[in-house]
Amino acid sequence: MNLRKYIKVYKKFLHTSLASELEYKTNIIVDLITAILSLIGSIFLLSIFFQNNGYIGGWKFEQALIIQGIYTILNGITNTWFNPNLTEIVKHIREGTLDFVLLKPIDSQFFISLKKINPSGFLEIMLGFFLLLYCIRINQINLTLSFLSLSLITISCSICILYSLWFFISTTTIWFVKTWNATEVLRSFLYIGRFPLNSFSFSLRVFFSIIIPIAFITTIPSEVFLGLSQMWKILLEVIVASVFLITSRKFWLFALKYYSSASS
Amino acid sequence: MVQNIIDVKNLSKSFDISSKEPGLKGTIKHFFRRQTKSLKVIKNISFEIKKGEIVGFLGANGAGKTTILKMLCGLIYPSEGSILVSGHLPFRRKENFLKNITLIMGQKQQLIWDLPPIESFYLNASIYDLDKFEAKKRIQKLSEMLEIDEELFIPVRKLSLGQRMKSELLAALIHEPNILFLDEPTLGLDINAQRKLRKFLQKYNRETNATICLTSHYMKDITSLCKRVICVHEGAISYDGKLDLLLKKLSPVKEILIVCRSEDDATKLENYGFTVKNKIKNEITIKIENNSITSSLKTILNNFDIEDLFINEPPIDEVIGKVLIKKDYDI
Repeated sequence: MNLRKYIKVYKKFLHTSLASELEYKTNIIVDLITAILSLIGSIFLLSIFFQNNGYIGGWKFEQALIIQGIYTILNGITNTWFNPNLTEIVKHIREGTLDFVLLKPIDSQFFISLKKINPSGFLEIMLGFFLLLYCIRINQINLTLSFLSLSLITISCSICILYSLWFFISTTTIWFVKTWNATEVLRSFLYIGRFPLNSFSFSLRVFFSIIIPIAFITTIPSEVFLGLSQMWKILLEVIVASVFLITSRKFWLFALKYYSSASS
Repeated sequence: MVQNIIDVKNLSKSFDISSKEPGLKGTIKHFFRRQTKSLKVIKNISFEIKKGEIVGFLGANGAGKTTILKMLCGLIYPSEGSILVSGHLPFRRKENFLKNITLIMGQKQQLIWDLPPIESFYLNASIYDLDKFEAKKRIQKLSEMLEIDEELFIPVRKLSLGQRMKSELLAALIHEPNILFLDEPTLGLDINAQRKLRKFLQKYNRETNATICLTSHYMKDITSLCKRVICVHEGAISYDGKLDLLLKKLSPVKEILIVCRSEDDATKLENYGFTVKNKIKNEITIKIENNSITSSLKTILNNFDIEDLFINEPPIDEVIGKVLIKKDYDI
């Protein structure tokens, strides 16, 4: 793979998608306002849950805010990259414009996963980041090198798991043609990730850890922030993320053999 | 000897197609128990195309023309048989192969809708690993050939269909491919835009010796661009050869309208032995076989007092229309 070419192409992707989005100023402003209101709403909802006894699943409100911060960053990444690109796969397959992607001398997964960008998602990432900084202060967390690297590793793994799940569902469009609903279900599950994994019943914990590891992706990085993480859990997250990423890649290459293109 | 750039042998393709009965009952049945059947859309076809050739694929809707093009450019895996394009197996989509081909579809677009075409051109240039200087040079050259200038800087959504198609062509040709697959490139364009596009394709073929495979329902595209046509009927090749031979075979007779000086001359001509289609006063229309046109006209001009004479070619659409419904042409 020619890395220099891929960096050059990605710069062009950034340039063209930012230029496309900036064509519609009002839309950007509405998106930015929505991101701020959504964060305020989520924190308000969380505070209601903690009003009675101050604890949910053994987590204090200040600790649960860390999960909210990580969730906001992940949601920002979803809105910036995953949503504009991965929902487009369904459109590409239904309308047959995937033809143009497949005939370009560039990796098709790279192209369809990163071509577009929604700049309003950046604000969410920043808001999540500031919320985390605030949580570090109120929870009196020491910023050590191991803490920073473990946080970075676990958050990166969470991003990989989320991307792979979404990409996997979108790829099934090659057979099922329309899978909007499946990606919407995934988005709804992502909301679950705002709450600590321990606050769910045992069966739901198993479901959200193994079947659809949504809670996994916010809870483990949050545990790293609070110094509660166990090394086996971090290792497990790294393994799960790698397996998901490799599987989604293999699945995409396999699915392309069944691509029949739309009729003209 | 010119080498083959496309080599297709015993190619077949089957698709699983689901069918649905009409009405609510049919819809419910279709939802719970989908019935699919394997449909062979391409049936054991073989052909070769030489470098620099322009070949038209003719056939009715659903005959399999687009499927053939998509298999040639590597979008669809063949079910049986072999395809070699420029020495590559297309469905492997190797970088060297993809840098050599392009696909243009009249009904689909790759340009970024909200931005001027120039942005899409530079994006494609980076994908084909062209530096900025080279990209600029090629954009300039192609835009001159396509006669587009200001349109390059206007958002695609505000361009007319003709301007958009020219821009699509430029985006698809920026990497200077050797093989062009064109699927109805003039679809929906007005007559002038169609003519300009054809002129451009002729020039591009002349200057670069690129091979062009073209499907179109506009017969003018086929007659002005292609010397050779491959007729596809229900997934099989019904004719592969020169277009003019096919036309001669399909319309062996020409109609000649003769305006005589007097009605008497017209009556004499009527009884001379030609096949008469009709006669109105001093005007008579006769049918003459293509191979005896010169001698017949000589006889008429020598023996009758003729005021005017018109040779009518049968409309090309009508002639080609016969191809679309016939299974085999043995020429």
